[in-house]
Amino acid sequence: MSKRRFAFPYLIWMTIFIVVPLFLIFFYAFTDNASGKTLFTLEHVKAIFQPLYLKVIGRSFYMSLIATLVCFVMGYPAAMILASKDFSQKNTMLILIVLPMWMNFLLRTYSWLSLLENEGLINRFLVSIGLGQVQLMYNNFAVILGMVYNFLPFMILPIYSVLVKIDKSVVEAAKDLGANGARVFLRIIFPLSMPGVVSGITMTFMPALSTFVISRLLSGGKITLIGNIIEQQFTITGDWGLGSALSLLLMVLIFISMIFINKYGDESVGAGGLL
Amino acid sequence: MKKALVILLSVIMVLSFTGCAKDREVLNVYNWGEYIDMEVLDMFEEETGIKVNYNTFVTNEDMYVKLSKGRVSYDVIFPSDYMIQRMIDEDMLQKINMDNVPNYFNIADVHKNLSFDPDNEYSVPYLWGTVGILYNKTMVSDTVDSWDILWNEKYSQKIFMQDSQRDSMMVALIRLGYSQNTTDQNQVNQARDLLIAQKPLVLGYLVDEVKDKMVQGEGALAVVWSGEAVAAMELNEDLAFVIPKEGSNRWVDSMVIPKNAKNVSAAEKFINFMLRDDIMVMNANETGYSITSKTAIELLDEDWRNNLVAFPTEEMMSECEFFEYNAEATVMYNKAWTEVTAN
Amino acid sequence: MKKLLKKLYIFLILLFLYAPIIVLIVYSFNASKSRAVWQGFSLTWYQQLFTDSKILSALETTFLIALIASVVATVLGTFAAMGMMKMKKKTFETVRTITYIPVLNPDIVTGVSLMMLFAFIGIELGFVSMLLAHITFCTPYVIISVLPKLYQLDMSVYEAAQDLGAKPFYALRKTIIPQLMPGIVTGFLLSFTLSVDDFVISYFTTGGHVENLSMIVFSMARKGVNPKINAVSALLFVTVMILLLIVNKRELSSKKHAAKNKDTLLNREKQIIKYRRNEGK
Repeated sequence: MSKRRFAFPYLIWMTIFIVVPLFLIFFYAFTDNASGKTLFTLEHVKAIFQPLYLKVIGRSFYMSLIATLVCFVMGYPAAMILASKDFSQKNTMLILIVLPMWMNFLLRTYSWLSLLENEGLINRFLVSIGLGQVQLMYNNFAVILGMVYNFLPFMILPIYSVLVKIDKSVVEAAKDLGANGARVFLRIIFPLSMPGVVSGITMTFMPALSTFVISRLLSGGKITLIGNIIEQQFTITGDWGLGSALSLLLMVLIFISMIFINKYGDESVGAGGLL
Repeated sequence: MKKALVILLSVIMVLSFTGCAKDREVLNVYNWGEYIDMEVLDMFEEETGIKVNYNTFVTNEDMYVKLSKGRVSYDVIFPSDYMIQRMIDEDMLQKINMDNVPNYFNIADVHKNLSFDPDNEYSVPYLWGTVGILYNKTMVSDTVDSWDILWNEKYSQKIFMQDSQRDSMMVALIRLGYSQNTTDQNQVNQARDLLIAQKPLVLGYLVDEVKDKMVQGEGALAVVWSGEAVAAMELNEDLAFVIPKEGSNRWVDSMVIPKNAKNVSAAEKFINFMLRDDIMVMNANETGYSITSKTAIELLDEDWRNNLVAFPTEEMMSECEFFEYNAEATVMYNKAWTEVTAN
Repeated sequence: MKKLLKKLYIFLILLFLYAPIIVLIVYSFNASKSRAVWQGFSLTWYQQLFTDSKILSALETTFLIALIASVVATVLGTFAAMGMMKMKKKTFETVRTITYIPVLNPDIVTGVSLMMLFAFIGIELGFVSMLLAHITFCTPYVIISVLPKLYQLDMSVYEAAQDLGAKPFYALRKTIIPQLMPGIVTGFLLSFTLSVDDFVISYFTTGGHVENLSMIVFSMARKGVNPKINAVSALLFVTVMILLLIVNKRELSSKKHAAKNKDTLLNREKQIIKYRRNEGK
């Protein structure tokens, strides 16, 4: 049974649509044809280390980090409550938490517009109770909020799935030996949940770092992240060199985070029988 | 059961394919957002039987990239003056046979023989306008007559700028006393720095949504195209528009047929249709922009015709210029604008 | 007391997740275009939605692309996975690593790289390029879903079938494919829903002629709030709810699956998390 040839169509497909595009990113990141000839250059790569782009990279990191942190602070207790045995409608609640993810990502982001505008519901409420209008849109707050809203379930789910698997007898044993609640949490539950935490962090941090939609819609084009610069290079200025160099940077960051995950992440969560 | 599903799926697929490939003649039109009375398209379809596939772009620049790098083919496009010049330079447009566009005769002479198409070979004017400041009288206490006010800290977080590189660069260049078509790297850099310095005061960089935002009172000052101002002022009496005294940009958006158009004869029919007086009036009423036809203008309401925002006097526009295209300068502007947005 | 606090906390999280969606749906019934005032209940926006040819054709594009892309990806991916099992270890590892690239890469990188590819080989950006892009990012999900099933495969039935004189393809269809079915279905459903949901990759790989729903929402949302989008959202949300309820109910009622599949609703997100975490092993 020579089934190896079954993979041939895909191998061709993979070469054309995965390998070649990847090569093109490298190609455009390291060449320049301003003079009509295609020449090797480090200009684009150097360009992203200019103070200006470092600032954008820094801003992207800063905002995604805060969003991830907020997701973690909000999500960890939620996952813990859901995983605790005295919480009855576990499955229904989990389903309710994931359900918004089935709505289109853009619609989810868009839905905040009607809440955040000056004429939006939140501001009308604030005005009606005499607190006055607050500028909620077009700033860092709005963008971070958009990130948290979009990625929160990706933080809750992996933490939850690790927490429910923790062997209850370990916790009981610690309690029997006289550890109080805080100590049990810090010494046992939290360390054991680390794989889920790492997984949740990468699942929220990476998409936040590369987004251009959330920042575009909620900051009115004022807050520029790495994704926005890439988008601008490919749709407005046509500077593929810079765009490719920045894409390359995102890929390197992914690679680093994968190493991180493999070092600290837990195999059993994801393994699912695959290799 | 499974077989039934397979058959069902294939039927759906075949049906949808044939649905796409109906024998009806199709015209692909690429226009600015909010820049037409959609009913006009229905009328055209009804009169000619040609199906219009209508799509919009946000700025000249993104339209250009889609066309040149994306190889997307359209039959009629509506670029502005300087972009037409660029597309002619790069051999992207074809000459229009004016014999098939008899209504071209209606176009006022001021809109003919302009520098970007001196012999009127490639482009047919559609709408024109200026760039100025739209402001809310209840929120702005100072007189608005200069670009300077956009750097006034009093209005911090109340200013909207255009998310369009040439327009925003123009504001900064003119405020510095330079030409909006400068090719001097040093001047471009100064303009860039001026825009970066302004950034903390700016609430947002927007294009199509500015109108709504200003009507709702979300901002005090906004750089807008004149037609947006006309439409916004109709919805909110507190708004006013001014062309700053230092000068500004004037522009005309024209219809062109790209080299790779697939249906030239329909394109010509469409262009001719758009120049018809009743259609011109419909579009002007809907968009608030100024019409280029000397015959249609007579059909506008008197208020409309005398509206100085839509139809400024030559004196008001004495300091206004068209954008010009220059390949090297474009690279400079691109870079400067990326740096402004990145900051 | 503690229990009450826990419930309250979960309630607040759910409020945060649902408030925007509820507001969106409520405003889709507002007679006025403005959000500032509630001018009474009306179905105007739904009416306008169903006469808006742009939105309708975007819906058609979205589902047509999703359907074709997921079918092609399922076939391509299933066969690829079967073929990969027969490869030498090193080749296998290489192919698998490359397959993971679209799963792990940020969408924007996949999008721009495909855009450059289409420009490079001169394909006009439009329906075809968008479809090719969707097949490209869907196929890996199918492969990753099918591979684990192949490890657990019982080959003896297949060999027995051949011994009894079945033609290889017939034997394959009757013995192997049924065993792989759960993985194939997962891959197909993942592909379909991811394709419907996609914005970023479509945004870079299509021209102006062809837009999917997400792209329409993006260009409308750039112009501010538009009640027609609210109407679309409401419809989509209700559709998804109903679909998932049906699927869930069916699986709950069929005893065979009851225990295993009670968390169907969670499956897609769980799968995605699982797949993204698996690289590099």
